[in-house]
Amino acid sequence: MPDTTIQNTLPQDGAYNYAYLDEQTKRMIRRAILKAVAVPGYQVPFGGREMPLPYGWGTGGIQVTAALIGRDDTLKVIDQGADDTTNAVSIRRFFARVADVATTTHTEEATIIQTRHRVPETPLKDGQILVFQVPIPEPLRMLEPRETETRTLHALSEYGVMQVSLYESIARHGRIAKTYNYPVMVNGRYIMSPSPIPKFDNPKLDHSAALQLYGAGREKRIYAVPPHTPVKSLDFDDHPFEIETWTESCALCGSTESFLDEMIVDDTGKRLFVCSDTDYCESRR
Amino acid sequence: MSTTVLAPGFTNAPHDAQRLFRGVLDAFSHPGRIVELRDAPAGPGTLSTAAIGFLLTFADRETPLWLEAGIDKQEVRDFLRFHAGAPIVQAREAATFGVIVAGGGEPFAGFAIGTDTYPDRAATLVIEVPALDGGQPAIWRGPGIDREVRVAIDGLGDGFWPAWSANHALFPCGVDLVFASGSRLIALPRSVAVEA
Repeated sequence: MPDTTIQNTLPQDGAYNYAYLDEQTKRMIRRAILKAVAVPGYQVPFGGREMPLPYGWGTGGIQVTAALIGRDDTLKVIDQGADDTTNAVSIRRFFARVADVATTTHTEEATIIQTRHRVPETPLKDGQILVFQVPIPEPLRMLEPRETETRTLHALSEYGVMQVSLYESIARHGRIAKTYNYPVMVNGRYIMSPSPIPKFDNPKLDHSAALQLYGAGREKRIYAVPPHTPVKSLDFDDHPFEIETWTESCALCGSTESFLDEMIVDDTGKRLFVCSDTDYCESRR
Repeated sequence: MSTTVLAPGFTNAPHDAQRLFRGVLDAFSHPGRIVELRDAPAGPGTLSTAAIGFLLTFADRETPLWLEAGIDKQEVRDFLRFHAGAPIVQAREAATFGVIVAGGGEPFAGFAIGTDTYPDRAATLVIEVPALDGGQPAIWRGPGIDREVRVAIDGLGDGFWPAWSANHALFPCGVDLVFASGSRLIALPRSVAVEA
């Protein structure tokens, strides 16, 4: 495989501190990250800053990455699995400009991977850090709107409301109909939102060799799953957790194992299935 | 009047702090792993360079520090006040970070353990130990550890591991530890169970 790491050549933006955030802010985020790692799955509040892009575009993930990143790092950014979408290109370029960092599209070459809504197909290894962009960090939020209540439910490990919602889904649809942002139990203690990744990716979170950090900018929460930590997707004995399967294979690389995106390719409704993970797909062609 | 020369802090704050942070994060993500903090400032000499590197990376005006009597010396106070800007407090419960010398009794008593709703509001303690290996081996299990790891930190007193078991039993509350010796450290988050 060719080496696709691109050494940064962009002029550095000298008007900002290294990696955009000031040192005081980075220390605050770093302290939050340490506590997040010490209590896996617990959402640590942090003093989220305004970033030069709107909420919903990865402000939480960017702040976590800014607190992590150094000149020795190689950064990969994906949006729905793709390296070449607007959000991914913008964030990669942002860090090349403010953090003088090399960038790559190859999962194996990256030391930090910031992701929106996918986990790479290529298994991650020790030393890599996966940074998730999280829109709504609280897994119980759609069931209980009050923050004071959800915080108490987590404190008491009182998760009956979540089990009931999954049961109601089975009663109505005959199966657990949730296909993304599928809730997980971390280390047997905290129910956690894995961010809106497809449930297909949930098994990759379990006992991963890489550190997982989750940043929610609007809600100002950071949480983490350390390496080798049990992450169990919630289910019932008679309705075990299952991931999506496809009868089709990728039209470009032929993969039958990766997460496939469905595309409409003409006005007559002709459909095509391709890998969501562009780096994985390209490496197989 | 005596004048003392203040030991230097970071030479390039953003990059030095970033490298040290990644070292500490590696240690917290892999409890039991010995992590070398390269290029940590030497400090005034009373504390290990790993402890100095940890404190300069994380402590600032928002994080009160508590120092054990044996290391609460003028040169240490001057150094941490000048380079980190951290207030030094007398009460353990007020401290975000504590620095302790191994071997004393009740090492964690009185420090903040967080609350059930905010377990993150707990202290992180740096424990100065003579060596990170060569001591009595213990088996560590928990998040960040692939099955189990054997760690043999030297110089911890007899009551240390029973005190840790009590702390671990408080999960998700409890203090988190960093064992420092020379330029190396090992992290022990509250999530890890230790079989001594």
